[in-house]
Parts: sequence; C-alpha cells; structure tokens
Amino acid sequence: MWEYTEKVKDHFFNPRNVGSLEDADAIGEVGSLACGDALKLYLKIDPDSHKILDARFQTFGCGSAVASSSAMTEMIKGKTVDEALAITNQDIADYLGGLPKQKMHCSVMGKDALEAAIACYRGEPAPKDHLDGELVCECFGVTDKHIREVALENRLNNIEEVTNFTKAGGGCGLCHDKIEKILEEIRGQLKLRQSTVDVPPKEMTNIQKIARIQEVIDKEIRPSLQKDGGDMELIDLDGSHVKIAFRGLCSSCPSSALTKAGIESKLKELVHPDLVVEEVMA
Amino acid sequence: MKMIYLDNNATSQVAPEALDAMMPFLTDRYGNPSSMHFFGGSVARDVAVARENLADLLGVSPTEIIFTSGGTESDSTAILSALATSPERREIVTTRVEHPAVLNLCKHLARFKGYTVKWLSVDKEGNLNLDEVNGAISTHTAVVSIMWANNETGVIFPVEKIAEIAAERGALMHTDGVQIVGKIPLKLKNTAINFLALSGHKLHSAKGIGALYLKKGTRFQPFMIGGHQEYDRRGGTENVPGIVGLGKAAELAAKGLDQERTRVKALRDRLQAGILNSVQFARVNGSLENRLPNTLNIGFEFVEGESILLKLDELGICASSGSACTSGSLEPSHVLRAMGVPFTSVHGSIRFSLSRYNTAEEIDFVIQQMPVIIESLRAMSPFGRDNTSIACTVQ
Ligand SMILES: Cc1ncc(COP(=O)(O)O)c(C=O)c1O
Repeated sequence: MWEYTEKVKDHFFNPRNVGSLEDADAIGEVGSLACGDALKLYLKIDPDSHKILDARFQTFGCGSAVASSSAMTEMIKGKTVDEALAITNQDIADYLGGLPKQKMHCSVMGKDALEAAIACYRGEPAPKDHLDGELVCECFGVTDKHIREVALENRLNNIEEVTNFTKAGGGCGLCHDKIEKILEEIRGQLKLRQSTVDVPPKEMTNIQKIARIQEVIDKEIRPSLQKDGGDMELIDLDGSHVKIAFRGLCSSCPSSALTKAGIESKLKELVHPDLVVEEVMA
Repeated sequence: MKMIYLDNNATSQVAPEALDAMMPFLTDRYGNPSSMHFFGGSVARDVAVARENLADLLGVSPTEIIFTSGGTESDSTAILSALATSPERREIVTTRVEHPAVLNLCKHLARFKGYTVKWLSVDKEGNLNLDEVNGAISTHTAVVSIMWANNETGVIFPVEKIAEIAAERGALMHTDGVQIVGKIPLKLKNTAINFLALSGHKLHSAKGIGALYLKKGTRFQPFMIGGHQEYDRRGGTENVPGIVGLGKAAELAAKGLDQERTRVKALRDRLQAGILNSVQFARVNGSLENRLPNTLNIGFEFVEGESILLKLDELGICASSGSACTSGSLEPSHVLRAMGVPFTSVHGSIRFSLSRYNTAEEIDFVIQQMPVIIESLRAMSPFGRDNTSIACTVQ
C-alpha cells in the first residue's frame, strides 16, 4: 500500500476542477490508455492578460495521478501563462505534501500536460511529442530529450530514479544501457549541482560565511577540479565578493570562465544568493 | 466501519480454531520436540498429529510431508533439489504466469547458473496448450514446475496430466499448489507429481509456515541443511506453533471442501453476475469453467485499478489489482499480459478472492457499490467517450 499524504487523499477523493471546458482556449493531452495513465487538460485563457481564467481536467490513472492533476489545476488558476509555466513537477508534489518516489512520474505528467496545453495555446507543436527526440523507452514511449530534461530538472542520478520520474526503463528493461548513457552525459552537468552540504542558515556572520564557503569549496568543488588535474583556493571575502584563484591545470584552462560560473551558482545555492565570484591573481 | 475481506489469495484470516490450537505452544508447552524429556517429547506427538492432518488433506502419507517456512521455501526446495539430483539435465520447463516464488527463481537459474528455461505461454483464457507442453518436455528436462492454480485469475492447470508426460521422459514434476490446497479436493497419491508446495497463510493458518509434499521414492537434496528434523530433510528446530496451527487448518479445510464447492462458489458467482449486470464494459479475466471456486478477476475498461482499490478501501472493502500502479513496477501484471488482456482493461483489473468467512450480505454490499465506484472514475476519465485521440486540438 502506498503511503499517501492526507493532501493526496483529499485531492483524490475530492478532486477539484474535474471535467471539460466546452469553450477551451487550449487543450493539452499526455499519456495513453496503454501506458496506464493519461491526462487531458482544458484551459480558458484571457487573450489580453494571458491569465488562466479556468482549468479543468480528465484523468485516467492511479490515486496520485488524479491528485496531481487536481493540485496542478488549483495551482495555475489565476496565474498568467508564463507564471504557470514556471511551475515544476516538484512544485506539484510539494503542494500535495510529497508523493511516494515511485509516483513522481504522476507529477511530471501534470507538468507535461500543462506545457502541452500552453504550447497548444501559442500555436506551437506539443513539446513532449513522441517524435521529439530519439525514442529510448519503447514500452512507455519516452524520448531521450524528455529523459534529459526531467533528469536535469530533478537531479536524477540513476536508472531507478529516471523510471520513478518518467517511467522510462520500467518495462522490459532493454533501454537501461541507453538511459545510463544519457545519465553519464548529464552527470558532468549535475556534478556541480549535487550537494552534500546542508541547507544554509538564514543569518550568518562573516566568519560563518567564510567557513561555509570554504566547506562548500572543499567538499563540492575541489574534488571535481582535482580529478581533471586542477585546483582552486579561496583568497578572500569582501562583502559579497568571493575572491578565488585557480591552481594547477585550471589556471591555464580556457574554460575557467565556465568553471567560475559553476562555482558561483554552487555558492549562491549553498551559502548565500548574493555571492559573486571573482578570480584574482594570487 | 466493518471490513469486508475479499483478498484471500493474498493472505487469509487465521481460523479461530487454529489459533486456539497454537496458543499452548506459544505459552506453556514450549518444549523442543527433539528433547528426551516428556515436556519436550510430548510436543512431538502434536507435530505428528498435524502432519497426519495435512497428509489427509492432500491424500498422501505423513512421511511425505516436510514442514517449511512457507510457499516460497517449498518452491525453492523442490526446484533446487530436482536440479541437484539430475545433474546431467540442464533444462527447466515452467510457465509465464507463475508466482514470483517460481518465476524469479527460474530467471535466476537461467541467468546465473546456465540453465535453459522453457517458458510456456497461455491463451487468452489463461489456459496452457497441451501440445506446447508436450513439445517442451524432453529427456533434457530436469524439472517441470507448473502451478496448479493461478493466484491472480484462479485458472487451474492440468498438472496431473502434465506430471505423466514428465514421468515418461524421466523429468521430475513440481507443482506450486499454494492456491489450490484447501479449495479443491486432491488425491496426490494417485498422481505422478513428485513435489507440491503449499503455504499456511493461504488456508487460514499463520504466516511463515508451509509444507512441501515429497513423493516417496523421489530423489531429494535438502535446502536447509542442519539438524535431523523432518527426517533429515529440513534442518532447524520445528516451528511448532505454526505446524500445529497448519495441522488444525488442514483438518478444517478438509471438512470445508464441500463448502468451497457450493457456498463459496455460489457467493463468487453471485458477485460476478452482480457486477457484470450492473457495470458496462467489464469482463472476467481467465477461464470461466476452469477456475478456483473463490476467485474472480475482472477488468474494468477505461479506469485504473489503484483508483478502484482506493475507493473500495474507503468503504472497508479489501481486494487487489493487477494494475501497474499498485505494484510499484510500471507494468501491469505479468499474468494478465501473458494472457493478452486488452490494454483498455488490463490496468483496471481487480481481483476479488473469497473465503468461507464471507457472507451474502458482504457480497451484496460490494455489488451495490461497484457501479457507483466505476461510474465516478469513468466520469473523471478522458477515455471511454468518442474523443480518445491524443493530439493538440485548438479551436
Ligand atoms: C501461487 C503462490 N505461490 C507461492 C506463494 C508464496 O508463499 P509464501 O508467502 O508462503 O512464501 C504465494 C503467495 O503469495 C502464491 O500465491
């Protein structure tokens, strides 16, 4: 039996916004009967403000699929199309107080239907069209593009997680090698984003800030630099300016600008969003 | 809210009589049956009675019974023993619809031990093709392992006939009898079956106890190696409370066999007819005739099984589903897929499995609720109307 939160159960037993809209301005459909879940989303959109005036859904699927659909329609009503597009599948799961990890694909389905409906509204092709990208998982019709997007957005690490979020690889298993390859490709991009450092406290003294920056650099950044023969050092902290120097191969590496951007985003995320990284000669 | 338990193929209520029989062995009579003193030794007498009762239910001799920890251990013991005692034979014949206790063991043996597994298919009613069975069993076959009754659909296989084919070719015959024991009268003595696995918790006794029938004269190698218990065929101090409870449950099952065939079957048939009469687009999965008297597997088109189970659960009704979403894997039941159940209804398949403890009132309540549940889910579903296409449809 799945451990569903009270919120999931509430949205399953009392789903909000079920049904269709006769005069919908956009319709988004994802999934199929064969796959075991499907969602059809109807939107009424104000042509001037692009605000979503009304949203309805029809869902075929398990408890968390229905709950995710219901939650998503509640979340987007009153938002502009652009604001709605900023909602992630994690936001949908969070709204429901979390989903069992094997059910995360239900929240992805909610997000996909929303993207499809808005693309439809804008006269663009449906973004998660089966033809978009190379078909990886034949059992569930999942493309490499879709796997890559969801894996990056949700920082997925292994095949099991990819299956939980996209269903890819959950059938015959023949595509596991292909999924592993995609994961390897994006692992480099994910490496700098993966974290072993805990969430930063809200208020920090300068000393605490420096200590934390040093910790993040030592734990999260230097190991991957050292693997490629490079290294770095923290020189100083001036207000929100983090001064660093590259060492080893990094100091002559043409992509150090990229590395610097990576370090900055890591420090912004794990220490303080105002931090700016500056390379100094020292 | 009163619970209505219709999931007896998953596990069953311990019969109050079996519990009463077990209690002394969980309290005062904790002796070890192998001990030399009366306190322990007298317990051996109760174990012997349990063995006799179980042997009677199967129509075999008490010395042909080995108590184990359950269905899974019995399946592993039988198959591994058959392979170990026929080293020159490297093939296993089994079906695509076995319980994981057999299915995954055979996959493991193929993958890591180099055995060739011949996977028999089933037709859309869940029946085997005897010509295919006949063609698969050869003088290279070490063991034929075919379940007697399927846990999901209740479909019964002709294992007595298959055992004869196996015997002709010198192969050993094992059957997973977990679902059939206690539901259909058996007389194993008159068959060519070498091994039969059974499990206590499916026939109103405790979990973690089961037995393996081992036909006299069958070559055998133990799975659990240790002390001299179970005539040197399974080491380990006996699960005395479990064994005594299973013995009692076997005695009750033998008395209740007529009831299964009459009252339980009548309730099942009433449930089936009641649902089919009131719910459109529903179909029974599995052969109508060739089926356990307690099992009903029914597919509802355009709805998903987990949603149905959640709605049933809210009403206190326990059932199970072959849908992908309930299992944690993403694929619907391997049994229903092997039968080629159409994809429109495979995800919406529900299994009701009854027992002698169910009543007509319970069944009527379910019959009354089912159309309400299915209608409410269909009203939410994008399918089942005329617009089943998946496309961008801008006005
Ligand atoms: C057909 C069948 N075989 C084997 C088993 C496993 O039995 P146990 O749970 O006692 O190991 C079951 C029970 O789930 C079953 O239905």
